[in-house]
This record gives sequence, structure tokens and C-alpha cells, in this order.
Amino acid sequence: MNNSSYETVIGLEVHAQLLTETKIFCSCKPEYGADPNTRICPVCMGLPGALPVLNRESVTMAIMMGLALRCDIAAVSEFSRKNYFYPDCPKNYQISMYDKPLCKNGFVEIETDNGPRNIRIERIHLEDDAGKMSHETGKDSLVDFNRCGVPLIEIVSRPDIRTGLEAVKYLVRVQQILRYLGICDGNLEEGSMRCDVNISLRPAGSTELGTKTEIKNLNSFKAIEKGVEFEVERQRRVLEEGGSIEQVTNLWDADSGRLVMMRSKEEANDYRYFPEPDLLPLEVDGEWIDGVRDMIPELPLEKERRFREEYMLSNYDSGVLCAEKGIADYFEIVAESTGLAKKSANWVMREIMRALKNLGCAIETFPVEPEKLAGLIALVEDGIISGSAGQDVFAEMIKSGADPKEVVKKLGLEQISDSSELENMVDSIIAAHPEEGERYREGKKKLLGFFVGQVMRESRGKANPELARNILIKKLGS
Amino acid sequence: MELNNKSISELKKLYGQNSVKPSEVVQSCLDAISNKDNEIGAFLEVMPEDALRRARELEKESSEERALFGIPIAVKDNICTIDRHTTCASKILKGYKPPYNATVVERLLDAGAIIIGKTNMDEFAMGSSTENSAYQITRNPWNMEFAPGGSSGGSAAAVAAYMVPVALGSDTGGSIRQPASLCGVVGLKGTYGRVSRYGLVAFASSLDQIGPITRTVEDSAIVMNVISGRDTFDATTIPDKPGDLTVGLGRGVERLKIAVPGDLERWDIDEELKGILKDTVAKLKEAGANIEPVKFPDMEASIACYYVIANAEASSNLARYDGVKYAFRAEAESIGEMYERTRGEGFGDEVKRRILLGTYVLSAGYYDAYYNKAQQVRAMICSEFETIFSTYDLVMLPTVPGPSFRLGERIDNPIEMYLSDIFTTSANIAGIPALSVPAGFTRKGLPLGIQLMAGYTQEAKLLQGAEMLEKIYNFNKG
Repeated sequence: MNNSSYETVIGLEVHAQLLTETKIFCSCKPEYGADPNTRICPVCMGLPGALPVLNRESVTMAIMMGLALRCDIAAVSEFSRKNYFYPDCPKNYQISMYDKPLCKNGFVEIETDNGPRNIRIERIHLEDDAGKMSHETGKDSLVDFNRCGVPLIEIVSRPDIRTGLEAVKYLVRVQQILRYLGICDGNLEEGSMRCDVNISLRPAGSTELGTKTEIKNLNSFKAIEKGVEFEVERQRRVLEEGGSIEQVTNLWDADSGRLVMMRSKEEANDYRYFPEPDLLPLEVDGEWIDGVRDMIPELPLEKERRFREEYMLSNYDSGVLCAEKGIADYFEIVAESTGLAKKSANWVMREIMRALKNLGCAIETFPVEPEKLAGLIALVEDGIISGSAGQDVFAEMIKSGADPKEVVKKLGLEQISDSSELENMVDSIIAAHPEEGERYREGKKKLLGFFVGQVMRESRGKANPELARNILIKKLGS
Repeated sequence: MELNNKSISELKKLYGQNSVKPSEVVQSCLDAISNKDNEIGAFLEVMPEDALRRARELEKESSEERALFGIPIAVKDNICTIDRHTTCASKILKGYKPPYNATVVERLLDAGAIIIGKTNMDEFAMGSSTENSAYQITRNPWNMEFAPGGSSGGSAAAVAAYMVPVALGSDTGGSIRQPASLCGVVGLKGTYGRVSRYGLVAFASSLDQIGPITRTVEDSAIVMNVISGRDTFDATTIPDKPGDLTVGLGRGVERLKIAVPGDLERWDIDEELKGILKDTVAKLKEAGANIEPVKFPDMEASIACYYVIANAEASSNLARYDGVKYAFRAEAESIGEMYERTRGEGFGDEVKRRILLGTYVLSAGYYDAYYNKAQQVRAMICSEFETIFSTYDLVMLPTVPGPSFRLGERIDNPIEMYLSDIFTTSANIAGIPALSVPAGFTRKGLPLGIQLMAGYTQEAKLLQGAEMLEKIYNFNKG
């Protein structure tokens, strides 16, 4: 059997922590990295007698995501209890949504080799997060309950994804949208965005689903791609050898690059869902939904489309620029004030992104404001300074945050565009290189570059190269 | 002057005349407790120092402002009192002291009440005799060989034995009304959501209500006025203000339409109680009430529905007692073994029985047949009550089919014990207010009670009718 005889079927469950002021059912303020068990109260600790009260902001954020992914928002949804015992879950049940989720039937558009494709969204629902366990061999296990009650949305896709790469593309898109909406920081490593993958194979052309396995603990895009590839290969081998797939849940071990079995179907929990009696059904009216719709900014896909049309940028450029809303906004200010979209795009994609990476900072705190970068680009384009001097000025601007014109003055980098000054310089250079001049006149026209280089060196990069070139051609003769 | 014998309204009068001080009242109650409670066993914990200290503090202010100024009150041990034991009479919460007060406790304190102790109960409010306490037995003050009823048996006995004028109980299927009936006191369960459950250790969240146990109907209204009303910490509280519940007192029953279940002969009701009921009907008619037999919601269906829903919710509510976070933990080698041993040793038999039943009815494959079916029955019972209360103001029926039973007599027969709730559960299922009024005694000297139910949020009418019954039975002699 060859590889094409099986089709891979992947569905993803994404958990995203919402950036609400307070937790979903109490007034504790979550804070990543706070001392253990300092962000807790009777409610999120599930102390005897404590009751949950729903945080409206978490619902608003969940609706935002629902609208962004083109879901239907339920007029009435319902919280249910998902019962299971685990020490990080203080009530030993999670308050989640079961058969009446808040959002249903949406989609996320991704680019594939065969063009754009919609990955359907089955549902988005709200739930509370659990605490965190830490284990040390030979010692007691510890639980930090700070994370308990942090609001999560779970975004469940339909099994529409076919490869590990597509899974990553889908997740990148979901992460972008969460960040555009400002409802989740989408950090896989810190766990503010978490992903479980369901995988099955089926004979190509079949419409029935095969037995699926689940992978948890995938905390990077690389892990997701690798984990999926690993599991697809494993299932393919089992099926090709005539075996059958067992329904299991695996954990991805990033260190060894392997899957570790967590539980089999027999060990699967019966969660005994039933409606949460401590909360009323959640009613969302049209007014609420309209209010949320007004809060939704232009989303990455629309922005990319607009950048292509408005700024005549390529698919690639608009994709890179729109990956982060802050970068896209930065670019737009630069492009608007220079009127040079492609040049601005190049500066942002090369210099700015490299500098951000080196500084390890976000665009929001980058020392060079977009208006100042626009000023720098204008200086280069107007020939006030050379392109290479522009790099030096940029480096100085990052250090001091100063205005580009001041930096140019301070460093004495104004380009020499005065032709009499340049003519004198050219005369002495031609006089110093008679041999090269001779060969040039004999037809070795490539030597023009040598002379331009000499002028640039002599002027310490300040000569306007275009002007120097014209003077050289005139003076060298033919 | 035996101050412990005084009702709340009598004490209010005495305070108004400045003829007694809170510390004298508290001391009198404490003396009564020392004299009687060794034998009766109503209290799990008495707080003499706290109570006297608070009484002396109150003496510095005027009595006019506060509705329960200087009124000593006992609190059932499933209601959270800050830094004071709250054990639900369970070994699994032995030594547990909550870090917060229940909303009702806060409201009582704001109104000037003085908490004097915590009362015994069936473990986690599961039972009808208070024999399921992990700590002690409570005896019926009218006959020490007999049970006080339950689960609020300690509260009912404390009030009946003149140790306090009022105690809080909780009622999930009759746990206030049944012991009130068996101890000859007034027990009120309000409309579901009338009183905040925040800080009431949950048994069955959709059924639980806190309510007062008093010696007079007026006292019941006074206390209910204080503890009722919306609470932002309990999403299931009724948003509307309840209004003054004493308004109907003294109005009599003229033109009130009172329904009596038409099929009471079906039940094995105590002969003397039947006589009282018949006599009551005649007297109410004399007083101008309009009394008619009606078809009452099926009580067998109600009790079956009750035991499915209550136990399902309990199985989830009690999952948090696992030894991880607070109170009792059985040491073990693994987490699974710790769970099993903690819960195995920490819970009593009745609690375990109900957790098992509740887990079963929520399990995959059984949910529809039990839990879902019970919800359908619940909706049916609600609509039947709605029909009744669209015509009638009140429903009158026995609280319990007969007087108290001997301690130990029913403890090994859970079904018989469950049937003592036969007339009370339907009010919890439908969420309507109901109360038990002392109606007299059997020839052997055991109290009997008559129950009234009213439509959703109609507590004032309920108390109006109850006051008339109180007059008829002329029981209110102190």
C-alpha cells in the first residue's frame, strides 16, 4: 500500500485563557507567575458553601470569538458540571458547557496548497480552568490553585484538517484572531493557549470516520506538527499491518519526541454531565450581541485582503505584516505618512522585525515610533542620506529614540549632493587612478562601479551615489 | 423572669422598654443549654464567650434600629460561620473552620442577632431523624426516647426545649418542616431563591433553602424578613424584594381559598392527626375561608423525583471532600488510595448510599432513564402546582403522616425513613414556600404538625394563613 491510500482526519480542541479582569465565577484577579495559592478565594477554591456567579466580561469575550469565527450565538446556553476526580480541580467537577454551548457552527479560513479552505467550527464554549500540579520524585506532589477559575473558551473544530501543517496553519489563524480581539495572549509555552488533537485515518475516498486517538500536552507549533506526524505514521503502520486502532489518549513528550500513553478507552472518564444548578441558564439578547459586534476590530484575513488591494502588496508581504495587529498598525502609519507602501513594508519586515527580535520586545514598546521611521525613509528616498547611512541612523534611533533628522545632523551623515564638491572629489580620484581610467575608456565600462566605490569611500558614504555616477561618466569620457 | 422562654417579639418588647439587657438574655439561654443539652444533644458547639462578648458590645447601642437586636440564635452546622466549626455533622469536615460567613449569618449579625451555637443534624442534611450525625444523637425534648426528626433536628430541638427563641435550619426535602412538626415548633422554608444559599454547605443545590425554626409564626416572619432577599453571591436568588412578610399577620383567613388534597385517605395518616385536620377545616370555614378538595400532584412521583435529583446533585456537590485541601485526610500511598480511604472513612453510610445512587443516575446509559425523567416529572409537578395556585391561595396538608418515632426504629430501614418526607418534598421540587405549624399533641404527648404551602413568592400569604392556624390550635402559650 502506498501513502495515498489513507486519508488523515484531524480535529482540534483549543483552550484559550481569557484576559478578563477577574476570574469567571469570582472576583479574584488572575496573575501569571504569582506566588502559589495567593490568587484564590472560597469560590474558586470550591470551599464548602461557596457559589459561582458568572462574570459577564467572560461571556462578552466568548461572544467576540464566536462572531469572529462566524458562529451562531445561542440565545440561551447552559453551564453543566463535568465530574471527575483530580487534585488540581478543587470541586472535583469543572463548570463547563455541554449540550447547550454559547457558540455553534462557524469556520476558520486557512491557506492550503490547493487554495483557501474553511475549517468548520463545531462549537465554542466557556468553562473554568483547573489549578496546576507539580511533582518531584520522592516528594509530595504540590498543587497551585491560582489558575483555578480563570475563564477558558474551548474552540472545537470539525474533523476537517488533513495534515499536521494544516493543523498548524489553523492554530496560527486562531491564535492571530484571539490576539487581534485582545481576549487571549495566545501563549502556547505558558499555556494560555492549549491544544488537544484528535487523529484518525480512513481509506481514501471513505466518508466514515476511523477510530481516533487524542494527543494532549502539545505546547508549541513544532510539537503539534511533530506529534501529528508521529501519530499519523504510527496509525498508518498499524493499519497497514492489518491491525486496528485503539481509542487512547496520549501525551506528547517534547524531550524525547515521542507519545506516551495517558489512558485507554477503558480508563476513560464518565463525566456524568448535568446542568449546573448553581447558575441560571445564560441568556444573550440581540443588543448584547450587537454591542460585542461593534467591539470587533478588522480581523487578519480582511486586513491582508485590504493590504493587497490598497497597498498593492504581495500575498506574502501582507501575510507577514498582518500576523500581528500591532505590526500591521505600525506599517500602516509608516505607509500612510511616506506614501511608499512597498518601501515601508520592506523596512518593517526587515529592519523592524529584526530589531524587535534582537531587543526581545513587542512592537507596542518599540523605541522608534512609526512616524519617526517614516521620517527616516523620507530622508533616504529624498537623497538626503544614503541607504547605508540610513541603517546607521536607524541603529542610533533604536538606542536613543531620537528624531531621524537630529541623528543625521549629530552623526554628520547628510549626503553630499552638491555637484561642485563632488566634481572636485571625482577629479582627484580620476587623477589618482590613471590606469583604470585608461582601461575604462578602452571599453571596460564595468570599472565605473570601481570609481563610484572610490567616491563613496572618499566621502565616507556621504556622496549621493546617483550624482557621483553621472559626474564620473561625464569626466571619464569615452 | 425566664428569658430563654421568651419569643423574639416578646424580647423585642422587653428591649424596647429597656427592661432587659442582651447579656441577660444570652446568659439565660446559655443556662438553659447547660441544664438541658447534656440530655437532648441539640448543639454540636456552644459559643458562650463569643455570645456574651457580642451581647455586651450590643449593649452600647440603642435597640431601636435593628430587627433582631439582642436575639440569640442557633445555626445549623451546615451554615458557614467564620473561624468557627462548620462540620455538617460529618467526620470528613471534622475540625473545619470556614474563612467566611454565610450570607444569612452576615444578615443576622447586621440585624443585631447573637449566634449562640451550632446545632446537630443528619450528616450533610441527609436524613430525617438526626441519627445520621457522626457526632451525637439528638433527642426529642417532648420525649427523650423519640427522634427530633431531621435533618435540622438539633435546631428544632433547641427551639422546642426553650434553649433559644430561633434557630436556622435548611430544607432540601422537608428538613426544616419535618423536625419542626415532630418537635412542635414553627418551621418555614421559603420560595427557592428567597434566601441566599451562599455559605450553606450544599446538599442538593436546586432544592436547598435556609429557613427559620421558631416558636411562633410572627417570629418566623420577623427572621425571614432579615434573611430574605437578593444576594450578589448567589445567582439563584430572586431579584425582586420580598416585601414585609409580617403584613398579612392578623388579617385572618376570610375569603382565602384553601385547597386540601382530595386523596389523603390513600395515605397511612395517624388517626389523631386526621381528626385535627378535619377539625381545622371546620374552624377555618367558620373563620371565613373557602376550603375545597383538589387533585394534588402525585406524591409518590414527587418523592421518587426528589431522590433522583437530590442524590444526583449531592454526588457532585460532595465530590470536593477528597482529603486534598482541608479537614479530614486518610494517609495513603497513592492519590487514588487517599481518595478512597478519606471518603470511605470520612462519610457515614447514608451519605455513601446517596452518593452511590446519585452517581448511578447520572451515569452514561442511565441518565435519560433517571435524571432526565426526573426533570420531566419535576416540570410536571411545577405546572400542576401552578394550576392549583391559579385558583387557591394555600394548600393545607399534614407535614408528616404522624408523630415522631423511637430513636433507632427506622435507622436500618432507609425506605421507611425516606417516606417521612412524603408530604414535604413536593414544595422543594416546585420551589414553592411551605411551612409547618404545631397543631397539637397525640394522647402520648408527641407533637403533630400541619403544613401549608403557597404559590411562588407568596410567603406573606403563607404566614397569614399560618397565624390563623396558630390561633386555632391556641398553642402559642410559651
